[in-house]
This record gives sequence, structure tokens and C-alpha cells, in this order.
Amino acid sequence: MAEYKLKTPLTDEDIIKLKAGDKVYLSGVVYTGRDAAHMRMIESLKQGGELPFDPKGQVIYYVGPSPARPGYPIGSAGPTTSYRMNPFAPILIEKGLKGMIGKGKMSQEVKDACVKYKAVYFASIGGAAAVVGSAIKKAEVIAYDDLGPEAVRKLEVEDMPVFVCYDAYGNDLYELAKKEWANKL
Amino acid sequence: MSSIREINVSIIEDAIYNLAIEAAYKLPDDIHQKEKEAFEKEKSPVGKAVLETILKNVEVSAQGVFPLCQDTGLAVVFMEIGQDVHFVEGNLIDAINKGVERAYKDAYLRKSTCDPLTRKNLGNNLPAIVHTFIVPGDKVKIFFDAKGGGSESMSKVQMLKPADGRDGIIKTVVDWVIEAGPNPCPPTIIGVGIGGDFERSAILAKKATLRHLGEKNPDPRLAEMEEEILTKLNNSGIGPAGLGGITTSLGVHIEMEPCHIATLPLAINTACHVNRHKEILI
Repeated sequence: MAEYKLKTPLTDEDIIKLKAGDKVYLSGVVYTGRDAAHMRMIESLKQGGELPFDPKGQVIYYVGPSPARPGYPIGSAGPTTSYRMNPFAPILIEKGLKGMIGKGKMSQEVKDACVKYKAVYFASIGGAAAVVGSAIKKAEVIAYDDLGPEAVRKLEVEDMPVFVCYDAYGNDLYELAKKEWANKL
Repeated sequence: MSSIREINVSIIEDAIYNLAIEAAYKLPDDIHQKEKEAFEKEKSPVGKAVLETILKNVEVSAQGVFPLCQDTGLAVVFMEIGQDVHFVEGNLIDAINKGVERAYKDAYLRKSTCDPLTRKNLGNNLPAIVHTFIVPGDKVKIFFDAKGGGSESMSKVQMLKPADGRDGIIKTVVDWVIEAGPNPCPPTIIGVGIGGDFERSAILAKKATLRHLGEKNPDPRLAEMEEEILTKLNNSGIGPAGLGGITTSLGVHIEMEPCHIATLPLAINTACHVNRHKEILI
């Protein structure tokens, strides 16, 4: 398992070197979005409208942060469970999205889209939200402010640690890790 | 005849307010201790690194700026109310809700309640989910549980057949938790409710997650089942954050009550590693 430092936006060259199990320190802009924001984004596409940001090369972090205290850009910000975004992720990947950050399993359709369009699903540590939140440098709501914690935010992160979970070759870190560590108690 | 003890509901409101804030920022010591032990024992390097991050998270949060988890949960309140208590100066449920609303606003906690159909956030984290139990005496015991959506979604009630028995219960729980895998933020604490009826089993399962971690059920049959399930889960390979290892669950707690001769209700309530619960006796 390799370690990489990557800066967003990500390119196909970045993606093809990543393998399930690699640790990546992500820096640069990451957009937030979860259930309600995805429903709106996909509805907007259906109506022929625009997305709040151009997804080409970008990474979406599935998170609904807690409110920022005065003097801080954001509150706690750990990943939410990703499977609820199963219906939306392949559509955004087709539009050029290169990565999603979340926790938990996603669908075969998401894995297939990662292979077909060269994208990666990154797993982050659920419940390590204070650690992640305190490492976010800047946060700005760019769309759907009325959704509160579910608004789309533009984050600036520095060396955010994530693991490559689904790579562009169809591998699944959760399955690999489970097999490796079964019956080892 | 015992006399009536009057309790001003503002005492309840303030208690709820304090419990909610403390729960969000300060992990219970029993869970923190178990996580430290798990870190020492974990054999997978990635699993160990995850546990190290989880322990660091507890420290960062305890400073009082960033809650343990961004999902500061629905406010679930279990209240054991002595039958000699008379609440005065207001409505008990209103007082609980006021305490929750103030806490979530003042302590910068995420408001997570919404309309189930429109999904519109209600903006105040109300209503609290309140379960009351009438007990002897003139005291009030409050358990506050900040219940996150990720682990709650990995919960279920299943009406087993009586013939499924002990082994059927164990298999159902183990299969379910393994299927949930990385979703509910392992290492988890698994609450299991056996018996009662449909809804009673679910309440027992949730109450089981509030038990001090490491305490076994006093019924040796159930204590043995808790141990057997825990071993099976920690042999699943799922590990911390689902990234592999021998720490999939920190504990399995079973609560049981009698059931109907035709039924075997089983409920599984999953709690994540930041199982935020606090209690107070008034």
C-alpha cells in the first residue's frame, strides 16, 4: 500500500496510479454535499440546469458539518454514510467528478462508474469529526444555503487523510481488508 | 403513605441542557477506556492507525470547540420517574424540548430533525424522542442519548420464530452486523433486545446500548451470548472504520424480557464508537 499527496483538481493520471488500500493526503478544494444537496443537483440536471460547481476533476465530500463557532471556518466534519448517494454518484462521475469521500459501502453501479470514467471512492474515518473539522482551513457556502448543514460548501483542506476504497480497477478495500483480517482474533 | 415530591420542570430543562452539551463533547470514560484497550490489542496496522485517530478525536473534542461527531444526533431521552414525583410549574415534555433546543443552539450542535417527506430541516433538533418509565420512589433518573443517523440506520427489529432459539438469535445478530460492515462507524456497541413484543424489543435494544461498556448482563445465559456474539464480530475482519482488523465491536449488550408463546421478537440497535450518552439522578 502506497501513500500519496494529491492536490485537487484530480486528473486521470492521478487516478490510475491509485489502488485500493493506498493512503492519500488530499489538499486543495473539496466540495461538500449529501442527501438533500444531491437531490437538488440531480433535479437541476434533469431540468437542463447547471450544477453549483463544475464537477470536472473535483472531489465531493459527503458531510453535513456541525455549525461553526465564531472565529472558526467550520464545526466538526466527519463523513456521512455514502450508500444514500448511490443513485447520484454515477451521474456526477459521468460529468467528470473524480472522487467522493465518505464512509461505508456504495453500490456496484458506483464501482462500475469509477472503472468506466476513472474515478475513486475514498473512505474516511466515521466519527473522527473533530479531527477533520479542526484541520479545515476555509469553508464557504456556495449553494443551497437554506439546507443548513446540507448546503453545498467549498472547503479548503490540507493533507486530509483518506484511504482509496474503490479504485479505477474495480477493487474494494472493505472486501479486501475483511478477508485479510477475518479469524485473526 | 409516602408523600409527594414536587420537582420544578425547570430543573429537568437545565439537566437536559447540560447532559446534551456534555454528551456532544465528552466521550463517556468507559468507552474511552475500552478504545484505549482496543488500540493496544489491535493487530492490523491500519486498524491501529484508525483507533489512534479515534483516540485523538476524543482529546480534540474534549477541548470544547468541536463536537465528537458532526452528527450530534436526535435527542433521545429515557426517564425513570418515581411514582411519588409531581412535576410542577410547567409541562414535562415541553421542558425537555426546551432544554434540547437551547443546548443545540448554544453549543453549536447540528440540528438534524427534518420533515420525513420534504426533508426540510426543522432547524431546532426537535422534538426529542422521550421514553418514560414509572418506577417506585420519588427520584427521577434521566438517560440522555445523542443518537446519530448512520448507526441508527443499521438497526432493525425482526420477529423470529420460537424455534430459532438461542442460536437463531446469535446468527441473526452476527449476520446483520457483518452485513452493515463499515456503515455504522465501527468499532460499534451492539444493543440487543430479546422478547417483550414488537416495540418493546426495540426499546430494550436501545436501552442496552446505554449500559456501561464492559458490564455483562447479570443473567449468565445472556452474558455468555454477549461474549459469543462479540467474539464472532471481532473475528469478522471488518475492523475499525471497516478498514480491517480485530476491533469490529467494543461490546455487545443484551436485554431480555418475557414474550408471547407464539413469538420471539429480536431487535438490534447499533451504536457507533462515539456512543454519546449521559445520565443523572435527580
